[in-house]
Amino acid sequence: MRKRLILLLTPIAVLAAIAVSASVAASPTASTAVAATCATVTDGQLTIGTDNPAYPPWFAGGSKSSWKINDPSTGKGYESAVAYAIAAKLGYSKAKVKWTYIPFNKAFAPGPKAFDFDINQISITAARAKVVSFSTSYYDVNQALVVNKGTKIAAVRSIAGLASFKLGAQLGTTSYTYIKNRIKPTTQPAVFNSNAAAVIALKNKQIDGLMVDLPTAFYVTAVQVPNSKILGQFENKGGATDRFGVVLAKGNPLTSCVNRAISSLRANGTLKRLQQLWLAKATGAPVLK
Amino acid sequence: MASEGDRRAGLEVDRRSRLLDGLRSGGEGRRSVAIALASTIVFFAVVVFAITHAPGWPAVRSQFFSWHEFKSTFPEIARAFRLNIKIFCIAEVFILVFALFLAVLRSLPGPVFFPLRALAIIYADLFRGIPTILVIAMLGFGAPALGLSYVPTSVIFWGIVSLVLIYSAYVSEVYRAGIESIHPSQEAAARSLGLSRAQTLRRVILPQAVRRVIPPLLNDFIGLQKDTALVGTLGAVEAFQQSQIDTNATFNFTAYLCAAALFVAITIPLARFTDWLIARDRRQRQAGGATL
Repeated sequence: MRKRLILLLTPIAVLAAIAVSASVAASPTASTAVAATCATVTDGQLTIGTDNPAYPPWFAGGSKSSWKINDPSTGKGYESAVAYAIAAKLGYSKAKVKWTYIPFNKAFAPGPKAFDFDINQISITAARAKVVSFSTSYYDVNQALVVNKGTKIAAVRSIAGLASFKLGAQLGTTSYTYIKNRIKPTTQPAVFNSNAAAVIALKNKQIDGLMVDLPTAFYVTAVQVPNSKILGQFENKGGATDRFGVVLAKGNPLTSCVNRAISSLRANGTLKRLQQLWLAKATGAPVLK
Repeated sequence: MASEGDRRAGLEVDRRSRLLDGLRSGGEGRRSVAIALASTIVFFAVVVFAITHAPGWPAVRSQFFSWHEFKSTFPEIARAFRLNIKIFCIAEVFILVFALFLAVLRSLPGPVFFPLRALAIIYADLFRGIPTILVIAMLGFGAPALGLSYVPTSVIFWGIVSLVLIYSAYVSEVYRAGIESIHPSQEAAARSLGLSRAQTLRRVILPQAVRRVIPPLLNDFIGLQKDTALVGTLGAVEAFQQSQIDTNATFNFTAYLCAAALFVAITIPLARFTDWLIARDRRQRQAGGATL
């Protein structure tokens, strides 16, 4: 298992190395321009915040020093990998990146910031955008189907195969719309007023599968429903209502630098590849077609 | 001065229809009708004017009274409403039987039956006290969680069971009030004619008691109809849950109006039907009284 992980990791390490060497090799005028507009809290160093403990699959690689569950400085896990990829684009080698502990709520609280940017599964919302600056999205949240292991539905491998099962979702969510419009089940899907009710129904096998967004699916399978698994995830194809962005101090000029980095990572397929690696392969939640 | 007979006739009219009472008394009927009509028109005109000229009225109208939304959501909500009808029809049958059983238990005389009476009292106290939504959640999610293969997992089954348990507690009290309203002399007379205690209950007490409590029974039946919406909390898509889905999709509350219209469309005819039943019953009894 570990061996396979390392094997999977090698390409990223190589990629990061290439990116870093590329930026180092860039012309001196370009690097001074970067330094002028993309100033950081501490000169010559990129300070990135996240919450402690750092949960999988956003962070991986195990606990070290004061970081519980996972140490973000390993470069493993989706958010750690994205953070280092952004850092590389901004011209910071892995050694120049410092991680700092920022509690979730503190990230978008008003006031001066002890970080250059914070990456912590923070959804971009209008209310939060009033007090902080958000980067563009580095992850558009996918829908995912959680099922009980060993049930009939657990063997299904395609979207078409799901139509005959009793599915459920929470009221007012994209998940319900997704079931109705994309899976088009033959039995009326159950609709729950709360996550708690939906989870109990799945536990009781009163529904065969529960549709939630992928981050919630990780929580449901890890904590709420023992012996459950993510059957698969579904590409949102522009229909995502929840997007994750990195948080910066309100009006920080670094925002546009980060945005440029993210859009080039999106354009060259790095984001998609990292999602495949850390959010699909590493979690065993294949993208269903 | 009105005679005794006139006064009784007046009382009868009074009881039959308070709504139209003011229009019928005395010889000034036509004038009363005119005044009532004018005052009604003025009253509603003022109310309608006040609401439609409120600063937020256009927003309220598009949020709550959108004809377009009503038309587009109605078919789906009407389909979902069939589940409500199924639930309350099945539940009502069991409630009427089970509650009568409870009421009879509670009215059993003598010290021997104390445990049964106590049970019936505890039952009524408990199930009238617990919020319906809790009973529904406990049975709907709790019973299937036991993991016993012979226990059904259907949320509709458990929703119906919960409603039967709760409403039987209320309805048993209604029956008991009916039974206790029958004068003890009726029972004494029946027993002296040689009827057993069970026969007295079956042939003399209950027929009169049930007839007296038909209006409150209907009241509870209407309550039951509306509480079927609580089964939606278990994930079953009945009319209210469907309207919530629509409301969440469009941020428009007109869908609730659809659900409300469907519930009202059922309760109003039922209320009129019961009024008619009561009126017919009274007529028959009065006719019977006259021949005796």
